[in-house]
Amino acid sequence: MFIDQISVFVENKQGALKDILKILADGKIDLRAISIADTSDFGILRMIVPNPDGALELFRSKGVTASKTQVTGCKLSDTPGSLYHVLNTLHDAGISVEYVYAFITRKDEDAYVILRVEDNDAAQKTLLAAGHSLIDPHDLYGI
Amino acid sequence: MWQPELETITRDELRMLQEERFQRSWRHIWADAPAQTKLLHDAGAERGDIRSLDDVHKLPFTDKSVFTEHYPFGLFAVPPEAVVRLHSTSGTTSKPSMGGYTYTDMVHWKDLVARVCVMAGVTKRDTAHIAFGFGMFTGGFGLNYGLEHMGVRVLPMGGGQTEKQLMMMRDMGSTVLVATPSYALYLSEAVREAGIKEDLMLRVGLFGGEGHTQEMAEQIERNLGIIATSNYGLCELGGPGISGECLLKTGMHIAEDHYFCEIINPETGAVLPEGETGELVVTPLTREALPLIRYRTKDITKITTEPCKCGRTHARMSPTLGRSDDMLIIRGVNVYPSQIESVLIRQEHIGPHYMLVVRREGVMDTLEVQVELTDGAVLDSFHLLEQIQNNIREQIRNILGLTVKVTLVAPQTVERFMGKAKRIKDERGM
Repeated sequence: MFIDQISVFVENKQGALKDILKILADGKIDLRAISIADTSDFGILRMIVPNPDGALELFRSKGVTASKTQVTGCKLSDTPGSLYHVLNTLHDAGISVEYVYAFITRKDEDAYVILRVEDNDAAQKTLLAAGHSLIDPHDLYGI
Repeated sequence: MWQPELETITRDELRMLQEERFQRSWRHIWADAPAQTKLLHDAGAERGDIRSLDDVHKLPFTDKSVFTEHYPFGLFAVPPEAVVRLHSTSGTTSKPSMGGYTYTDMVHWKDLVARVCVMAGVTKRDTAHIAFGFGMFTGGFGLNYGLEHMGVRVLPMGGGQTEKQLMMMRDMGSTVLVATPSYALYLSEAVREAGIKEDLMLRVGLFGGEGHTQEMAEQIERNLGIIATSNYGLCELGGPGISGECLLKTGMHIAEDHYFCEIINPETGAVLPEGETGELVVTPLTREALPLIRYRTKDITKITTEPCKCGRTHARMSPTLGRSDDMLIIRGVNVYPSQIESVLIRQEHIGPHYMLVVRREGVMDTLEVQVELTDGAVLDSFHLLEQIQNNIREQIRNILGLTVKVTLVAPQTVERFMGKAKRIKDERGM
């Protein structure tokens, strides 16, 4: 159960992020989740959207450097320590996490985390075996 | 070959021809070009001082500033009515240099350009797409005349309107592309993006008007599936046709029967032995409207007279490393943009266009290299992006011994150029 995430290169200059978001707005693309990571020179905007292929196509047509990556989504209870348990499970299995971001939804009481790991298959098996539940992409896109 | 008897002349006969033509040009200057005579006189040179080309090194140089000072026609050696054509440099920094041609100069020009085209493998069955700017720039008209003179079908497209360029290139079945290398690269990217490479008949590129690296030529060759050749010329010396590459691509054959060339140390002015790298200095031998003595081109190159397997006996100059004008001095290190370009063009994940920004921070000069990140595949990890920056920085440091700042910018944000590329922004306020 992979989730398609779109990553976009954002220059570190005034208005760059706004310009990217305008493309999404004009394309009537709804954002499910976003995360921005940046260095002093540039940033990467990561997002989950209902129609990842459409968004990728749209960005590329506008000359924006973008890519699609498969990530793992994990559902966890919105209580202290739950994210720790997820990461600890992965740690014990020797799976390292490149990055993580979390969001909550209106739909239920759970919190959602997006995990970027080297091997999605291994991570998902490990999480399921430890009793965690994964996010079905269809649920996510349809929130 | 276009003029085989002249292009394969023995070195001894060539020297005799050069002597004879130089003596005629020398007399012409003293008789008909008072401003130039005054320059020679002021520098202590007299008409009788020069017995042969061996004495030329004693004469003073001329350079662009002489053209500025004598703008527009002060250097001309014929009456105005004998000049049938004027061209000029762009003159972005000062008054343009005016170049002039008599009828005979025009006849020579056509032949010299035709030589360069034939050398590059062009035949009269070709269709040539000229994407050089027309107008006062010598490139567009020069190549147009030379190609037409050979009987090649010519499309005088000019620069700009990329989509139309591609359409005409495809619909006319163009086989030869004439452009500046930076515009050729731009067009080649557009061809790749439009996915029409297979619909094109292009087979040869004739690139000039500015220098370029081997790596850049290879990229154009890959994008378009052609053989890229370079040619060289300067408005002040009569435009394109001074030199060009034969298909062996081991340097550009200089039309030595029309141009006497020296390589000098740009700092001391001393003539350097064959094979050493320095500034090209050219004394035209046949020009009527605008004869000159020892014109400093500012282009950095080297010359060899080793025989070429193509059979031409004319010496070859290496592709220019850059103009001594474009040379940046950053923290005491001499930097040619072409050196940085040679690193960038080998990198994956980035586009071929770049901009160099020089700043002064405190007392230190800094150089920033801006390149476009074009490949989304590396967006997954900062590590990869930083690796790209580090690789570029390391390789530049290896070549120049200078640490630069590498900035990744969004695609299509580095300025594109239809004519000569201006890849340096100097913000030092000097």
